[in-house]
Amino acid sequence: MKARVYVMLKNGVLDPQGEAVRHALGTLGFEGVEGVRQGKVIELDLAEGTTEATVTEMCEKLLANTVIESYRVELL
Amino acid sequence: MKAAVIVFPGSNCDRDLAVAFERAGADVSMVWHKETDLPAGTDIVGVPGGFSYGDYLRTGAIAAQSPICRSVVKHAEAGGYAMGVCNGFQILTETGLLPGALRRNAGLKYICRTVGLNVATEDSVFTAGYKKGDEIQIPIAHHDGNYFADDETLARLKGDDRIAFTYSDNPNGSVADIAGVLSANRRVLGMMPHPERAADAGHGGVDGTAMFSALIDQVVPA
Repeated sequence: MKARVYVMLKNGVLDPQGEAVRHALGTLGFEGVEGVRQGKVIELDLAEGTTEATVTEMCEKLLANTVIESYRVELL
Repeated sequence: MKAAVIVFPGSNCDRDLAVAFERAGADVSMVWHKETDLPAGTDIVGVPGGFSYGDYLRTGAIAAQSPICRSVVKHAEAGGYAMGVCNGFQILTETGLLPGALRRNAGLKYICRTVGLNVATEDSVFTAGYKKGDEIQIPIAHHDGNYFADDETLARLKGDDRIAFTYSDNPNGSVADIAGVLSANRRVLGMMPHPERAADAGHGGVDGTAMFSALIDQVVPA
């Protein structure tokens, strides 16, 4: 089985990289891009039967820094 | 005073930190990250700057889970002294020994230059060699030095006088201009600027020397 973890900077934490991407899109002529947030996608190959709770624990302990990041787990 | 400097794959300020401790009179051991225990009788742990584990995942995230870091956490939780510089600060926040987190610099650039730091408290072994309000010149060299703490944490840091240093002219977007913070027991310091790079006349400045000499005077051997 696989799991996909999405890690994003929390709302309210400035994302300077996202801001730079937003600027660049404007420069390319794309109008109306009001915000860009950049995050990470982490794909895990897991033994069958691994629970969502275990993946959540992985996020809490390592995959995300919950001081500044939020995460979402998707079991595939 | 016995100092232990941790060496991770990708550390590059470990020897500078060791020399700064030695010049001040400490007996220094270099400790590889795969070790599980600190040398017996370690009084202070130095977590050096660099790019531990290539900054994979997040700066400091993998190093914080290494075997030696578990011992560093135990040492600090038992009241031992520790200081993390630059990547070492990032690692100590990732272990939870220090509050907050370091984000990408607001201007997105890697910044390498000497900056003015204000000494925000004299009340720690790390800052006792300075006077509150002193401005010292210390080099920075980082891409992810933009300190973040939520409002509640920030209020606690201010209320408990745990901000060690602030930038005179904020180079990286850190909240409240914070360059370094102390743990609740004031025995763990994390700072982005490099005092060990201002500890020899050949460095172009010696404003970091007072930190290391104060440590030797104040840290009581375990």
